[in-house]
Amino acid sequence: MVSSQFERRFGWRRIKEEGISGVRRRALKVGLALLLVLAAAFIALPVASLFIKSASGMAFQSLRDPVVTDALTLSLFTATITVVIVIILGTPLSYLNARFDYPGKEIADSLIELPVIMPPMVGGIALLMAFGRMGVLGQHLHAGGVNIAFTTVAVVVAQVFVSMPFYLRQARISFEDVDLVFENAARTLGASRTRVFFTVTLPIATNGLISGAIMAFARALSEFGATIIFAGNFQGRTQTMPLAIYTAMQGDLKISLCLALILVAFSFAIIALVKILTRRMYKNDVRN
Amino acid sequence: MLEIDVKKKLRDFDLDVSLNVPEGEILMLVGENGCGKSTLLNMVAGLLSPDSGEITLAGEPLFDSSLRINLSPEMRNIGYVFQNYALFPHLSVYENVAFGLRTRRLSRQKIEVKVKEQLEAFDLWGMRDAKAVNISGGQKQRTALARALAIEPRLLLLDEPLSALDIRRQAEMRKELRILIRNFGVPSIVVTHDLRDVVSIGDMVGLMEAGKVIHSGPAEEVFNAKPLTGAVMPTRTRTTRLARPATPRSS
Repeated sequence: MVSSQFERRFGWRRIKEEGISGVRRRALKVGLALLLVLAAAFIALPVASLFIKSASGMAFQSLRDPVVTDALTLSLFTATITVVIVIILGTPLSYLNARFDYPGKEIADSLIELPVIMPPMVGGIALLMAFGRMGVLGQHLHAGGVNIAFTTVAVVVAQVFVSMPFYLRQARISFEDVDLVFENAARTLGASRTRVFFTVTLPIATNGLISGAIMAFARALSEFGATIIFAGNFQGRTQTMPLAIYTAMQGDLKISLCLALILVAFSFAIIALVKILTRRMYKNDVRN
Repeated sequence: MLEIDVKKKLRDFDLDVSLNVPEGEILMLVGENGCGKSTLLNMVAGLLSPDSGEITLAGEPLFDSSLRINLSPEMRNIGYVFQNYALFPHLSVYENVAFGLRTRRLSRQKIEVKVKEQLEAFDLWGMRDAKAVNISGGQKQRTALARALAIEPRLLLLDEPLSALDIRRQAEMRKELRILIRNFGVPSIVVTHDLRDVVSIGDMVGLMEAGKVIHSGPAEEVFNAKPLTGAVMPTRTRTTRLARPATPRSS
């Protein structure tokens, strides 16, 4: 009886009923499900381990440690300033790239993408060569009494350098998604180009822009390579959370774990926000 | 009176159109997809520039290549109902209709009175707070008309105003649209695919083919027009990004 049931479920009878292709399809489904579980476990296990190890090591006690508070404050402060700069500079630039053709647009596009591809360390060296005390522009600034490298300003510069492309890319897509017919309709109703931009294009693209800004904020928050080379690693001045994790790893693991948990929490919040906004973006889509 | 005499080189053909629309009359522009009807409307609205020629409205040049006059769309005061209506998706029905009035820097009270008047005339007052994306096809069409008329335009352009409606609604709206446009009393151009629209709505017809007006005359003569005699009425086959699936029609 058992063997006949087994046979019915997995054996020749089933093959007879469903044919070879049915069995193959089932095997493929099982294989894909296994792959999915493995991939999820591969990501979930390290994150879960962070929590497990932190609980046993009382990592949260380090929340009041000056290294943690300084790094957290600096990271939030610089990442916020970075996002503001990225939005102010990036929004008109993305609109320009979405709506107009100009000579050298291809080159500009490639340059914009470069910091995404370039290793952050290379970005840091490049920034140092440009704005460092002996740098191409930095030497003139230094002569005028302005020093950027190894200051909090350098942290922001490094973060803007690496996170700008994330905003530019998303903002451009969001502007391209705004159908030109809305802008045309607004113009026939008497709105100038500037008014059209602020009252029609920008509001329709808002969710996409916010989602781009959140991505840029996340990238700024996690920035390490360019910062450590261009801004150094000074607590309270240039030591952001990733740098503090790296430094604390060589001494107090609890501090590293505490900072890591804060960054994980931020990451979760960021993913959730982007998902909510993307959903809203599609809900507001004119085609619906 | 609207006088059009324009030329523009397009990808597949040269557009070369001469047309006049007297005050208060409705010109129906008919032709197959891609024959230049919407391009012509966009040139009249100022959204596209002709290569040469003139567009004059009530004696005032909107475009004149010889005098280098080209008024921007916002300066032309033209009511344009776009195909699929182009209602601003982030704004309510009320704000859509108020949009053109706000650009004219009218007082808040004047705007409120004017918008209320329009919304009531189009039976939209009850749904003034609904987002423009959440209303039905017929309501969208009425909102688009209310929005275009609220600015008291000197000229009306309607690009396939009935195409996004179901067939029953189309029949009802043909009559209403004619009365509405006639009452407004400004020259109007209505682009359509459907010859039933021509006779029900229009005073005059312009039949376009590859950028040229190959026949023009009184609307009721459209069925006798040489290019159409024995020909199959144009059918809708195109679906645009914003359009509902097209309903095939036959003669």
